[in-house]
Amino acid sequence: MSRSVLILGANSDIARACAHRYAQDGYAIRLAARDTNALASDAADIALRHRVDVTAHAFDALDTPGFAAFVDALPDLPDTVLCAVGFMGDQDESQSDPAAAARVLRSNFEGPALILGLLAERFEARGTGTLIGISSVAGDRGRASNYVYGAAKAGFTAFLSGMRNRFARSKIKVITVKPGFVATRMTEGLDLNPRLTAQPAEVAEAIFTAQVRGRNVIYVKPIWQLIMTIIRVLPEVVFKKTSM
Amino acid sequence: MQISGWGRYPRIQAKVSTPRSDVALAGLLGDGPLIARGMGRAYGDSALAPHTVSMRLFNHMIDFEPQSGQLVAEAGVTLAEIIDAFLPHGWFPSVTPGTQFVSLGGAIAADVHGKNHHSEGSFGAFVDWFDLMGADGSVCRCSRTENKDLFEWTLGGMGLTGIVLRAAIRLKRVQSGWIRQSTIAAQNLDAALAAFEDTYSATYSMAWIDCAATGDKMGRSIVMNGEHAVRADLPATHRASPFDVPGHLGKSVPFDFPGFVLNPWTVRAFNELYFRMNARKPAQSLVGWENFFYPLDAVQDWNRIYGRKGFMQFQCVVPLESHAEGLRAILNAISRTGAGSFLAVLKRFGPQDSRLSFPMEGYTLALDFPITTKALDLMPELDRITADHGGRFYLAKDSRMPAQTLLETDPRWQKFAAMRRQKGLAGQFASAQSERLGL
Repeated sequence: MSRSVLILGANSDIARACAHRYAQDGYAIRLAARDTNALASDAADIALRHRVDVTAHAFDALDTPGFAAFVDALPDLPDTVLCAVGFMGDQDESQSDPAAAARVLRSNFEGPALILGLLAERFEARGTGTLIGISSVAGDRGRASNYVYGAAKAGFTAFLSGMRNRFARSKIKVITVKPGFVATRMTEGLDLNPRLTAQPAEVAEAIFTAQVRGRNVIYVKPIWQLIMTIIRVLPEVVFKKTSM
Repeated sequence: MQISGWGRYPRIQAKVSTPRSDVALAGLLGDGPLIARGMGRAYGDSALAPHTVSMRLFNHMIDFEPQSGQLVAEAGVTLAEIIDAFLPHGWFPSVTPGTQFVSLGGAIAADVHGKNHHSEGSFGAFVDWFDLMGADGSVCRCSRTENKDLFEWTLGGMGLTGIVLRAAIRLKRVQSGWIRQSTIAAQNLDAALAAFEDTYSATYSMAWIDCAATGDKMGRSIVMNGEHAVRADLPATHRASPFDVPGHLGKSVPFDFPGFVLNPWTVRAFNELYFRMNARKPAQSLVGWENFFYPLDAVQDWNRIYGRKGFMQFQCVVPLESHAEGLRAILNAISRTGAGSFLAVLKRFGPQDSRLSFPMEGYTLALDFPITTKALDLMPELDRITADHGGRFYLAKDSRMPAQTLLETDPRWQKFAAMRRQKGLAGQFASAQSERLGL
């Protein structure tokens, strides 16, 4: 019986790389995103390269009432679900426009948390499953430059941490991924330090390995763990005066 | 950012765009000239321009037809990816150059050749069609029956006729990932040429040639022939999984070698050692596809052994009528100046039936030179010898030829340049190379 992985937010570069990585290992691939037209070419590509079953499904992370129907319509309850849904938004806009802020909060926290929460219930009923959430180093400490996005990711990180605690004594695994900078569409045009920046394929490899090894929380590039530890332990009197 | 070709010479400052769709790509047109770039494995300035368009995100495989072996894929898909996906199912690229890290678009633009040129032709022979984006952003399907002119100008047209978006190529059926290799140690040039003619019926053939050898050893070579091994050729232990071939170890060159590492003495010593080691090997052996087709891919970033200044490659073909004298004159010139070439490859080409591609029936010689004054001074002489013997040059390797040399030795490019002006392509698609060569 072949295993399957459900990839939410499958149009992102990280998600696409993950789909290839899991397909390479023989997983059936369930791609889910709002724009299913864009998924068709990825689905064909993955099926040709890896000869696995690939299906595409419409999924809108903001349509929380539709989540149960979405899960019911999948060909099977997946063994693994990976949530790569994310929306950076614009910090200035999020500060001045509550609707814009709500969209960032809902896309990065409410939607991802609720869909994984729903799948967690199904996994619990079955007794097995792996839940992988792509959170962010931005959630490790709120900073002026992106705290709306960061707060949503912090919420998501806490949600994943809580579920991991809840399922610690079961066969259900929860993995939190904090990629750091990644060379993707989201960061195109930004001048990122190449030593701090991972390629999508590196992120995918790190995620796949984390699942194989049963890891809990991963930073893709180890340097980020160091950086974020320093940022977290800075006393607030010092931290509040920094600009990062 | 600063970009260069595989030889890391020349380097230019360029804006690099990386579009993800036909629409995004079309949006880049009409705003000054640009050139498409795949894996950047052309040695010189073929894929360099102040505005360079990376096609690496056009990397979807689209369709595969197992009856004919026809694969449809986007231009940024590489031969390495094709081998990864299809060799386990018994398919291999019909033609491959000496590295698997080339894109489909690049392979079409340079109409690359491989060790089977004499027996099966160049890459273009296995291209059924491609979609080409023109200067106005419109896309047309080009094949031997549809837009035939553009199809023919694009094979070997160095990306100067438009941008290849997708292509249909035919893969070949193979029974294993192994090659039956036979090796002939030829003590001089005449023996090497005789070995090529004697083994003309081999599917694959090429020779490593020692450019440092002089006197009666001049042109000594290790001629290697190969055939795809069928299942019966394999030892019983490999028959159950014939495509399971141990790969390279993936060594890499971690830093630029200082300039003094490659000098006439080390080059001579390396060549001596290499010749002796191979001359002692058994004449027949079974080798993996990577070892046979891509020995240099085993060393990632091998271009760094030439140091920070980079290197250039000289590749010419000399027609069959005058090949022996031509090759001898080239080898003489090299050994006289002592500008030893570290890696040199000799290969027999078969007939070539296409409008613009580099190969012609004869012998091709490919030589690497570090960027030094001595080597740069030698190039015009090698150009002249090639021209005097009716030969021509491979633009995928070129980084420094004067326009006059190209147009005199290969008048096809004059027609090409005229066609580009007439169709309004010259103002939209241009590389540092096309500017230098007046194309």
